[in-house]
Amino acid sequence: MKTIKEKHSLAMRWCHWVNFPILTIMIWSGMLIYWANDIYSITIFGHTFVRFFPDWFYKTLGIPQRLAEGMAFHFLFMWFFTLNGIFYILYTIISGEWRELVPKKNSFKEAWLVLLHDLHIRKTAPPQNKYNAAQRIAYTSIIIMGIGSVITGLAIYKPVQFYYLTWICGGYHLARIFHFALTLGYVFFFVIHIVQVILAGWKNFSSVISGFEVVNEEPQPAIQTVNDDEEAQ
Amino acid sequence: MKKPSKKVKKELTIEQKINRRNFISFGAFTVFAAGAFEGWRWLYKSPNETAGITAEAHKPLRKALNKTELFFRRVVFNENHLVKTYPKEMATKRVRYNSDIGIEAKNKFDPAAWKLQVIKKGGEILQVSIDELRALPKTEIVYDFKCVEGWDQIQHWAGVKFSDFIKHYQLDEYTKMEYVGMETPDKGYYVGLDMPSAMHPQTLLAYEVNDKPIPLNHGAPLRLIIPVKYGIKNLKRIGTISFSNTRPRDYWAEQGYDYYSGL
Repeated sequence: MKTIKEKHSLAMRWCHWVNFPILTIMIWSGMLIYWANDIYSITIFGHTFVRFFPDWFYKTLGIPQRLAEGMAFHFLFMWFFTLNGIFYILYTIISGEWRELVPKKNSFKEAWLVLLHDLHIRKTAPPQNKYNAAQRIAYTSIIIMGIGSVITGLAIYKPVQFYYLTWICGGYHLARIFHFALTLGYVFFFVIHIVQVILAGWKNFSSVISGFEVVNEEPQPAIQTVNDDEEAQ
Repeated sequence: MKKPSKKVKKELTIEQKINRRNFISFGAFTVFAAGAFEGWRWLYKSPNETAGITAEAHKPLRKALNKTELFFRRVVFNENHLVKTYPKEMATKRVRYNSDIGIEAKNKFDPAAWKLQVIKKGGEILQVSIDELRALPKTEIVYDFKCVEGWDQIQHWAGVKFSDFIKHYQLDEYTKMEYVGMETPDKGYYVGLDMPSAMHPQTLLAYEVNDKPIPLNHGAPLRLIIPVKYGIKNLKRIGTISFSNTRPRDYWAEQGYDYYSGL
């Protein structure tokens, strides 16, 4: 028998979908700013593997010569990014949803099993509630990264007035590097996230818009052993 | 009294419930997404502000910059927050030279004939020579100079504190005004500074870098070092200083940059 199973709260869905375009704008305007002094690369033992960013990349995205515009966008949308983040964190704490999100003692060990399972190396995945161990780690990390972006951002935005933040970040110079590295982290998260969402299928995706999933409930199950998320895959 | 009609109302089937909730949530999602997209398009295509003291920024974005400035000036700025300083040994020997706007080599300039001009009320002009400035108490600073482009460099400057200069020449009444304007002798480069930032204890009228007189490309004979601002506000080769209650013109604010540009 079909039943509606509540999955994602309205607040969580709101924060997720508001954050997506805002973060996109922050990353884009951040690139407009970064272009003016684009000195970062991944260089190991004198060999440069990646230079941020190649000229074709800048040209394709229309980035050059827009520092002032980039700053203007960045310093407007920073407010929305921060407020949305604060709202989400407060909501998660007050509602108690953090219990489903924060990694547990065994999450780090379990995440490894989840990874092996997702890579089709291991047949079974550890049992889970709403989120599996890997998700718990990922969704908590991304929030910590968000806090990190705000702190490193403020550290380079007002290094005199927020000197203590700049100090925490190891100085102005290092704070800018962290701010940039965190952005690379978001892009990395995004790629994995999209792949996982595609693999998890439509039912899973639509629940982040509608808030619920439709499940087939066995009549009178004594203990529910079926894992809904797994079934969706 | 119970209305029987309410009782008759059928409970929705599970299918109906699913469809209804999907319709509402996906509908709302689509409406919000379309609204967000339209909003973004409006902002992205919004016309530039009317050129004035500030120019070249999207109108709504300039408004946001100005509001954000007020927030940081009123809520965050504290004149007791000092820029971090470093030991002299950490200062770079090769001070980065980034721009010559207002001090172009092709335009003849004689530092020996130079005098600082302070424009006072009623058009009276106070003229100060570099030797007179050198006779005032000297303040040194080794700090991390920050460019709006993103680079930073530890540099060693020395000169007269702007606040000492004000005191010595009894210009105190002018500090009740809101802004200080500075321009190069050729008027090619100019900055506007809010008074609290100008009067910040680390703001210098600098005449030395690395214990030597400032070279021409760094703004000889006198330049502004204002560590609570980005490099763009650190005007080289100060020609005139003026005071006002309205924003003085500012070279980069006319090109879309934030007027405040404070750190």
